[in-house]
Amino acid sequence: MYKMKIENMNALFRTISGTQDLITPIRSAGQTNFGLWTEEASVDLHTLKTAKSGKDAFFPQSENLYTCLRKGQRLTIEPEALRERPFTVFGMRACDVRGVEVLDRVFLAEPVDTFYAARRSHGTIVALACHEPEESCFCQVFGTDCAEACADVTVWMVGDMLYWKELTEKGIALTETVGALLEGADAADEAALNVEKEAIRRITEQLPYTGLSLEGWGRDATDVKFHSPVWEMLYHPCLACGTCTFVCPTCQCYDIKDYDTGHGVQRYRCWDSCMYSDFTMMAHGNNRTSQMQRFRQRFMHKLVYFPENNEGMYSCVGCGRCVEKCPEGLNIVKVIKAFAPEGGERNG
Amino acid sequence: MSIEAKEIFKPRIVAFCCNWCSYAGADLAGSSRLTYPADVKIIRVPCSCRVNPMFILRAFEKGADGVILCGCHPGDCHYTSGNYYARRRMTLLFSMLEFIGVEQGRTRVEWVSAAEGAKFSRTMNEFAEKIYSLGKNVRLEDLRCRN
Amino acid sequence: MQELRDRVKALLMDGTVDRVLGWKAGDLPYNPEAAYFETPESLTEFIYDGFCGANLSKMMIEASKLEGRTLVCLKPCDTYSFNQLLTEHHVDRNKAYIIGVACKGKLDIEKIHAFGIKGIRRIRGSEADVASGILQFETIYGEKSCAYADAMLERCHVCKGKEHRIYDELIGESKETKDADRFAQVEQIEAMSPDKRFAYFQKELSKCIRCNACRNVCPACSCRKCVFDSTRFDSAQKANVDSFEEKMFHIIRAFHVAGRCTDCGECSRVCPQGIPLHLFNRKFIKDINAFYGEFQAGEDIDVRGPLVSYALDDRKPGQTAERG
Repeated sequence: MYKMKIENMNALFRTISGTQDLITPIRSAGQTNFGLWTEEASVDLHTLKTAKSGKDAFFPQSENLYTCLRKGQRLTIEPEALRERPFTVFGMRACDVRGVEVLDRVFLAEPVDTFYAARRSHGTIVALACHEPEESCFCQVFGTDCAEACADVTVWMVGDMLYWKELTEKGIALTETVGALLEGADAADEAALNVEKEAIRRITEQLPYTGLSLEGWGRDATDVKFHSPVWEMLYHPCLACGTCTFVCPTCQCYDIKDYDTGHGVQRYRCWDSCMYSDFTMMAHGNNRTSQMQRFRQRFMHKLVYFPENNEGMYSCVGCGRCVEKCPEGLNIVKVIKAFAPEGGERNG
Repeated sequence: MSIEAKEIFKPRIVAFCCNWCSYAGADLAGSSRLTYPADVKIIRVPCSCRVNPMFILRAFEKGADGVILCGCHPGDCHYTSGNYYARRRMTLLFSMLEFIGVEQGRTRVEWVSAAEGAKFSRTMNEFAEKIYSLGKNVRLEDLRCRN
Repeated sequence: MQELRDRVKALLMDGTVDRVLGWKAGDLPYNPEAAYFETPESLTEFIYDGFCGANLSKMMIEASKLEGRTLVCLKPCDTYSFNQLLTEHHVDRNKAYIIGVACKGKLDIEKIHAFGIKGIRRIRGSEADVASGILQFETIYGEKSCAYADAMLERCHVCKGKEHRIYDELIGESKETKDADRFAQVEQIEAMSPDKRFAYFQKELSKCIRCNACRNVCPACSCRKCVFDSTRFDSAQKANVDSFEEKMFHIIRAFHVAGRCTDCGECSRVCPQGIPLHLFNRKFIKDINAFYGEFQAGEDIDVRGPLVSYALDDRKPGQTAERG
């Protein structure tokens, strides 16, 4: 483990961006989102949750797949180049890192998604511990410890000190890059850090969603849950917007479209939302015809279908963004609670 | 010694012309041998009010540097009142474009009757001149459509 | 709140209405959701407080297709939207029983979070019938507080008034919350140079994630199929590909509701990226007022809107700049 004075943060960022792209939470126009670091950017490591998760770094909202160009009588097809330049994502939280693991299950399974795989192999994740978890957080329900994220490097910001712990080979390589700025941590530092970690864990114990139970969800729940009349009662406020989907660190559905540029065609893919009426639209129409069905799909996928196909791994990581961002106050926690056998116990 | 290939700005202008007055006006300009810039591409529409704001934005998206809408003079609409509605719509749209910082003058509405071949030619020359002075449209262009 | 709940319950029990459209308590102190209540027992979850900002009038489009009468709770600004929907024949007046609920300004949880108040367990002072003017938060990180007015939604600072434009009965006393000029922000932007304006909107709109929440929540956006959902339209709604796409979407979104937008502010409330979307709508409203005379959509029913009417001597497009 290493340490560094937080006042050297800019030097750290400058050093990292000297050899690769650096993606950090950046505050712009009143919101914090992950973006490319520049000298002018105002880095914001204090906002716990960026509006959008950090999944863009590996799975951007829109990306080009290939371009067809017409020149006279000739048609050429240019595939989009795969990511080759290394990059570091600094400041992802434990839940978002877990989100990337969920994406790995989808995109790195056969057939491998080459665009994603290229980004994944060139990207290093530096995770930041959550020093002040918020009321919408429930990562501990999925077994995530926000006091100690498992990424390539994990960092903590305690007082005026940044603690740095490399965990993987990529993490070691990054540590070497910035080695000049770091100094070795001693036993006293370890002790200070342990105090901080315990404090964080104590806070997570008090969060309103800590007691959330996933009983009844997961594998083999398809039949019972799918036909439940509860969905019919739940979906009404849903606006059918894509907010929950687009801020979610694990939503991975995309659409592929062609764009006519006037002198060719660009084939691109962009995030899609199962809340939209044209999601997975086929020639015969759409297989989910009502908003209730679309609403059900989202939660069934996260809590039943995904665990069914991935050894029980849920595709919700408890980041709580949907809790904060849903315009109508709906969210996955309310759904889970609505199915609780004792009938939705209330917090507060 | 080498000859530098200079990029000469050739504005692309889209002119939406109503079928009953302005398109006939353009015809008259042609048959009277009045000239207007070849950069002006005319799109014939049944009435000026057929043009919805999306048409204008779409033209810019696909690379137009200026968009002009021509219709019958107020009171002369073939459908009685189409151009009155178009007038209000375009007033609001142009004001909005200005609001978001698009250069003023990239859009224009002009009333041209079937008998005004000369006005059509003059309007187009003026407008092309204006667009030429404003230069390339970069604020409302879709980068993917760039050549 | 108790008076409202009792009245609603009585109306449901005596058969005046078949269901109630109101708000259901959330699982956090600030996230109530819109809900139908069909039995008197279910009304134990009925709530009305400072966080019930959602405009329920759009849900009346669906409710108008249901059997029987629906009781709907509308705040003063929501009644404008209801009137507008009524004018456009999207809702059925006979199927609605409108209770005009009092409003003393609605709260914005994003603003509260921005004050650094987090880990919220309980909130006092947000109840509909408490007039302390102070919000108190019991949080994991200690007791916090802020002024009610500081945590209000932007729209409440430019409130159109506490009068309900349509109702069957009124419950409670509303409070005037207006303390800013509605067009001040628009004027401020108009005063900037074109380059600054462009940079401003570029920065704001680049946050857009194309979630369509602004469109879907809008009571004036009531098309069954939106042009941005059309499969035949190649600038597909989902793509966040080029900065032009966002501009096109937001200009068209605002234009499609120009002259019908009541300025209810729902678009800005729901935006997950905090884009001041109301600026587009307000710019249109301001222009309409300046060019075609003062007009407030939803003030009355059966009025022809400014974009479906005309005057012979309207100004010519493009003359806008000359007015200075």
